Amino acid sequence: MTAQHTLSVLVENKPGVLARISALFSRRGFNIESLAVGPTEHAEISRMTIVVNVDESPLEQVTKQLNKLVEVIKIVELDAASSVTRELVMVKVGATADNRGEVLDITQLFKAKVIDVASDAITMQVVGNSDKIADLLRVLEPFGIRELVQSGMVAISRGSRSISERGKPVAVPVPPAANA
Amino acid sequence: MTEQQGSGETITGAQSLVRSLEAAGVTDIFGIPGGAILPAYDPLMDSSIRHILVRHEQGAGHAAQGYASASGRVGVCMATSGPGATNLVTPIADAHMDSVPMVAITGQVGAAMIGTDAFQEADIRGITMPITKHNFLVTDPAEIPMKIAEAFHIASTGRPGPVLVDVTKSALQATTSYQWPTELNLPGYRPVTRPHAKQIREAARLMLESRKPVLYVGGGTIRSGASKELLTLAELTGIPVVTTLMARGAFPDSHPQHLGMPGMHGTVAAVGALQKSDLIISLGARFDDRVTGNLDSFAPGARIIHADIDPAEIGKNRFTDVPIVGDVREVLIDLITALRTEQDAGNTGDYEGWVAFCAGVKQQYPVGYDTPAEGLSPQYVIERLGVLSGPETIYTAGVGQHQMWAAHYVKYERPNTWINSGGLGTMGFAVPGAMGAKVAMPDQTVWAIDGDGCFQMTNQELATCAINDIPIKVAIINNESLGMVRQWQTLFYNSRYSNTDLHSKRIPDFVKLADAYGCVGLSCDSPGDVDATIQKAMEINDVPVVVDFRVHRDAMVWPMVAAGTSNDEIQYARDLAPQFDEDDV
Repeated sequence: MTAQHTLSVLVENKPGVLARISALFSRRGFNIESLAVGPTEHAEISRMTIVVNVDESPLEQVTKQLNKLVEVIKIVELDAASSVTRELVMVKVGATADNRGEVLDITQLFKAKVIDVASDAITMQVVGNSDKIADLLRVLEPFGIRELVQSGMVAISRGSRSISERGKPVAVPVPPAANA
Repeated sequence: MTEQQGSGETITGAQSLVRSLEAAGVTDIFGIPGGAILPAYDPLMDSSIRHILVRHEQGAGHAAQGYASASGRVGVCMATSGPGATNLVTPIADAHMDSVPMVAITGQVGAAMIGTDAFQEADIRGITMPITKHNFLVTDPAEIPMKIAEAFHIASTGRPGPVLVDVTKSALQATTSYQWPTELNLPGYRPVTRPHAKQIREAARLMLESRKPVLYVGGGTIRSGASKELLTLAELTGIPVVTTLMARGAFPDSHPQHLGMPGMHGTVAAVGALQKSDLIISLGARFDDRVTGNLDSFAPGARIIHADIDPAEIGKNRFTDVPIVGDVREVLIDLITALRTEQDAGNTGDYEGWVAFCAGVKQQYPVGYDTPAEGLSPQYVIERLGVLSGPETIYTAGVGQHQMWAAHYVKYERPNTWINSGGLGTMGFAVPGAMGAKVAMPDQTVWAIDGDGCFQMTNQELATCAINDIPIKVAIINNESLGMVRQWQTLFYNSRYSNTDLHSKRIPDFVKLADAYGCVGLSCDSPGDVDATIQKAMEINDVPVVVDFRVHRDAMVWPMVAAGTSNDEIQYARDLAPQFDEDDV
């Protein structure tokens, strides 16, 4: 059954890692719905949150292929019940003196933040999960959405455990053994 | 940990590269210099490493593969930036498909020039990302020893594969301090080699429970050096064995339990046994489409034990009942222990009827060919070559009809004596592959069994062989056509031979070509001369020998399962399907 899956991927923070991962998805025929990359609490490790729409069995295959990438340290699938997901959207809507009050009411309702005001438009940012953002956009639609930019989804597990434990170095074999 | 810790003295990046390769145990490199890699070639002159100057980078790559496959050591090739590097793409992809441990070193334009479309610039790291196990771009000379150490570690451990190290000219020219690392930091690379005990117990249980099991042996068995353990397990249980194209030699062809090669051109016994089995024990094989045919109808009654060092292979194509992640050799050792314990407790498998059925099919449908009324049969040539040169010889092949005949009609008794391009199917593999094998194993006879089409793709390496004292032997199975494509045209395109006629009996003159390259050229076109010609070739050991076996062009590879159809549709000759008595199974 095709369903949305959220993968948290810990990778070494090295050049080319993003290219490797996106190329792997493309080569194996997967479409990435959303992708967010950023630093973690460890300087050498980056974290990617990848959202894909796939069946269980191809998901297992792509996870295994991802795990084979030398720079991929760990992959965890985060299920909706035990994790928190957030996206950020910045949206510019039409708002004149006549209806600015209405737009500001909506802003308050959704705990959005006004980040810019012009004579005929308001730009706001909102943080939330996909449903909340979809709701906000639906309500703003009648005012005219002039521009919209949205981040990829980021996700974190609930509870006290961390997925990002560091790996230990692998001992190098005695040199001649590498090619003996 | 290591005795070769560097002194930390100041040297150039190029010197550091050569010293790192020495520290990694490299003794032979196949390559061609050029602008960006040029700095590395200067210290190479003073190194203990033998560099073999090839004529085309593709030859360097396939030679490194042949070297690795024959010896189990990491093969090394070297090329310059741009076209030098892109010429390595085919062998790198080939090594990736066939899990060959290989390190490719390429020069790159200076770090400041990267991204400017500089002369001979190609993003070889980007290009080879999907066809390497891993690759590096090194711009900082201080990183050279670490990256070389990591490259050899990654290439040779876990599921082996090609690793490319792209080094900028600026890094090679800069001064740096050399220090061979004592530890690698690869937090994301931890191949699992020890199988899980629970899975071993479950596998042993299924094996004892089954009535119609088959050991499906793949190339991983050869890469892990598990032939001895395979023989022990097979003889302990009596279970019939099939060896894939990549695993020919993993189990002796002379062994009565051996049913031959499965797949599109497999033996009736091997294909039939898999189809009718109730348990397939896969050892380092990957249920490739050339083995399974139509997947939905492949071995419909079989449960699957799948042992592989690469977890991504398990369950990729076929549902697996018992997955075992681990090195095949360690899996076999644990399985043998588990089954011996069971046997001591009086539990043995009951395969008697099944073994008799398989033996019957093997006897009834041996691989065979019709001798033509006129002309020379290619199968006969290859069969005689195998008999006269024997199982100590290393055989390489290109891709096509001659490859399939070489897989069937040479009888292999030991691993690493059959080297070919299985997954990628690279025409032209045989000559440079043989060259690499001969460099690795100079005391063994190396025969390249090649087609006239394949031979013309890479025969420039005969010059390399003649000049560098690498006396390989080449048997060109000259049917003056792209034979396998022609066979498909015969069978599926109403014998319309579009662009498969190579005229190779007319142009080129292979004997003259051999002569021009400083090799001995021989020719043979009648069955009566085959043995004498082979003997003559066997007697020449100071220079390479090329034999033009001018065979008849209509011979076809049988048995055959047409592409995309069920393995039940196997034909052992055109329009002849084997008859199995279902009651016998």
